[in-house]
Amino acid sequence: MVSAGATYALAMQGGTGQKALTLILARELASNLATPMFVIDARGYLVFYNDAAEGLIGKPFAEIGEIAANDWGAMLDLSTESGEPLDTHDTPPAVAYYHHRPAHDALVVTALDGTRRHIEVTAYPLFAKPEEVEGVLAIFWEAGTNEGGA
Amino acid sequence: MEARVWGCRGSVATPGPDTVRYGGNTSCVEVRLADDSVVVLDAGTGIRPLGIELESEAVDEIHLLLSHLHLDHLQGLGFFRPLFNPSVRVHIWGPPSPVESLEQRIAQYLSPPLFPVRLADIPAEITFHDAPDEPVTIGSAEMIASLVTHQGPTVGYRIEESGRSIAYMPDHEPSLGVDLAELSPSWISGNMLAHGVDVLFHDAQYADEEYPDHVGWGHSSISQVVEFARKAQVDHLVLFHHDPHHDDDHLDALARVATDLMAGGCRLLSLAREGMRLTVGATSAASASSPASPASPSSPASAASPDGP
Repeated sequence: MVSAGATYALAMQGGTGQKALTLILARELASNLATPMFVIDARGYLVFYNDAAEGLIGKPFAEIGEIAANDWGAMLDLSTESGEPLDTHDTPPAVAYYHHRPAHDALVVTALDGTRRHIEVTAYPLFAKPEEVEGVLAIFWEAGTNEGGA
Repeated sequence: MEARVWGCRGSVATPGPDTVRYGGNTSCVEVRLADDSVVVLDAGTGIRPLGIELESEAVDEIHLLLSHLHLDHLQGLGFFRPLFNPSVRVHIWGPPSPVESLEQRIAQYLSPPLFPVRLADIPAEITFHDAPDEPVTIGSAEMIASLVTHQGPTVGYRIEESGRSIAYMPDHEPSLGVDLAELSPSWISGNMLAHGVDVLFHDAQYADEEYPDHVGWGHSSISQVVEFARKAQVDHLVLFHHDPHHDDDHLDALARVATDLMAGGCRLLSLAREGMRLTVGATSAASASSPASPASPSSPASAASPDGP
């Protein structure tokens, strides 16, 4: 039997482990949506994306699993609609994560399979308490697709 | 550590001839710690007879852990005699809110026209606490609270003492629109609280065939609670928060279904009943001293001791 303190510490480290309830509810929502959605935790990890978002990443979530912030940012080749490279820190999910405010933008994303998509992204922080962000929810609307790159 | 059930009915009190075996009082469980500290889980109508007993014992400090503020978990508070003794200290713990304090929210019920006595006029020394983010020591035990899925802010509790543990989640819908069996434990609401506990009191409101009409109402089906307990590696699952439309015979039938589903899961399964006592000791796992339910025929410590509140 594990002590209370140990149980708590283990859970906080993701050992036994327990995601924040806001993330659990966000995942359940995402799982039932046909709209692409990312669930990002308080560490910045992409901890879930739904089936509809597989097209943006190029692989199913089950194949990739949880991805650290830098890694999933690098997986997405992002640019502005005018073709300028976009720093991952300027994307709506990053703005929501770092600045704790909602953000929306139109982007072009190139997935792992080379497909380019014009998308709009809305991201907002998940406040469990007024001063405590437990993660970010990002929703994507596809504006159009250009197969095979630029 | 000993737990005693004073009320295990969900939603609304249901006294009457059809509920005499499992009881009609709403949620209330007393937990006595090794150092004799008194912890009370929820203030449903079952807390009224508990208050009479605590008064007779001259208990002067009580920790009341509220899972949430729906009336079936709060309605007995105004009839809890220790609140009317100025020498009693009562710590009330409950779910946090970004809008109103716990005291303000409880005062909505304990005030006219819903109740004749205002919370501010209650004589006992009451201290309100938001359910903590980190473990808190209460007497000889540690208490952990965590938000769980229900309608509105709701917390579950875990009480640990000398390596033994009880978890309490009377109102809980552990998966919404997703298959619980396919989720990893880290994505299951309440799993951290229930993981490896000796005794889990858990919502078992709906039969599987009733659940599709109640998705999102914040309660579990029998299949869900069994799967939840299995994933959390619970030793003794106690089915709790009985639907007010389920009479004693119906509950017996649900317990048989749960037992069939439980194969390979928890070691023990019981239906909560008023008067049930569970000893969670240092040398043995939970032992039930209420009449054995049909769901727990193999319980090694289910000797009848039908004293109830």
